[in-house]
Amino acid sequence: MSAPLVPTPSQTVGPFFEFGLLDPPQHELVPAGTPGAVRIEGVVFDGQGLPIPDAMIEIWQAAPSGRYPHPEDPRAGLPIDDGFTGFGRSGTDASGTFWFMTVKPGPVPWPDGRPQAPHLNLSVFARGLLKRLVTRLYFPDESAANALDPLLSSLDPSVGSTLVAVEDRGVLHFNIRLQGQGETCFFQV
Amino acid sequence: MHSVTSWRQAENRPDGGCRPSGHGCRKGEQRLDIRTGQRPATQLAGYRRDVAAIDPPYDYPEYRSTQYRHPLQPLVMLPHTLSEITGPVYGHRSVVPSDHDLTCQHAGEPLGERIIVSGRLLDGDGTTIRNSLIEIWQANAAGRYAHRVDRHPAPLDPNFSGAGRCLTNDDGWYEFVTIKPGAYPWGNSSNAWRPAHIHFSIFGPAFATRLVTQMYFPGDPLMAYDPIFQSVSDPRGQQRLISSFDLSLTRPEWALGYRFDLVVRGREATPMEQS
Repeated sequence: MSAPLVPTPSQTVGPFFEFGLLDPPQHELVPAGTPGAVRIEGVVFDGQGLPIPDAMIEIWQAAPSGRYPHPEDPRAGLPIDDGFTGFGRSGTDASGTFWFMTVKPGPVPWPDGRPQAPHLNLSVFARGLLKRLVTRLYFPDESAANALDPLLSSLDPSVGSTLVAVEDRGVLHFNIRLQGQGETCFFQV
Repeated sequence: MHSVTSWRQAENRPDGGCRPSGHGCRKGEQRLDIRTGQRPATQLAGYRRDVAAIDPPYDYPEYRSTQYRHPLQPLVMLPHTLSEITGPVYGHRSVVPSDHDLTCQHAGEPLGERIIVSGRLLDGDGTTIRNSLIEIWQANAAGRYAHRVDRHPAPLDPNFSGAGRCLTNDDGWYEFVTIKPGAYPWGNSSNAWRPAHIHFSIFGPAFATRLVTQMYFPGDPLMAYDPIFQSVSDPRGQQRLISSFDLSLTRPEWALGYRFDLVVRGREATPMEQS
């Protein structure tokens, strides 16, 4: 086999992506009123504790059945509602806030077959980020599954806790701190 | 975003309209269809991590905005599970053919040098990736973005928004018609200028292959002074970011052509364990 091609390197999304990537934004993965729909919102903070008003968050998630709407998910028997893409994209506003309306995904297997706790996969893009940051959001009402999750349980609790959303009056809050105290756990994928 | 009117105008263009042109594909090469997942042999293999050696660092002091936006803790290595091996799939219904021609989105034609930017979306093994979404955005010919925050005192062009998208065709090709963006000053340091560039957003087959990058133009003297371009230290990586002038893409009496191939990382050879 010939030598692998050199991949195209990442470059920052810059400050002026809104008209290219968020026209329109894709906050809603499910229509309003869908049973089990939950609002997720959070603020992206920099290392000075200031909100970042020019970030973009993308989420990628499985359906409530646990299957991804993607041809390589082999679990064809698990249902996915028509129109569910599993993808969302939100900018941050002047207060650094992003939001999504979605449903909790079902469990997805770890490579050894153990179930992973329900989670969203997040990419963070912003001016000043030369490549995306990847993190995950876990659900606060899944404490048993979270405790058994192969990834979450491998992290120091003070680190793992940055990945669990906080419920407040029906809204799941998930702040993302890029640097310093309470820094969000980010992954190399 | 794009009106029926602009699509009709496009069909009347001298070049025959806003349709991606066909390009050849070498015989016998592998192809991956994003919508059907047709891929020979490899099931559930993870993606190679070679991109980490080519990508820029998070902490790059010459680019000042990284100062308070890079994590201080090392990244945690994430095994590739179904969450990373799958990724967003886009159907045709959200992209119309005129989306790929940034010069026919308004009543009149934009000012500037009309160009064609085209290339193939491949993975690190040379597999062509078809039906995959590519988005671009850019400044106008004067170096001004159609964005409320851009305060550069250069004129906006009422006939240029600067955003486009398309799906790669069956041979992994994409094509955009646009105008060459201008260089523009920015506040990173005294007398700092960004080289002319076009922003690209690429999905590829998986969450693991998601990529946002920038395309530069050959021979631009500003690349040597640009910390964003220079943040990629590997010369092979820098070369990947620079398009090449391509006479075969150039359409006589109409527009110059630039070739810009996009390479997302390839697949690990060893499949991961299955449940």
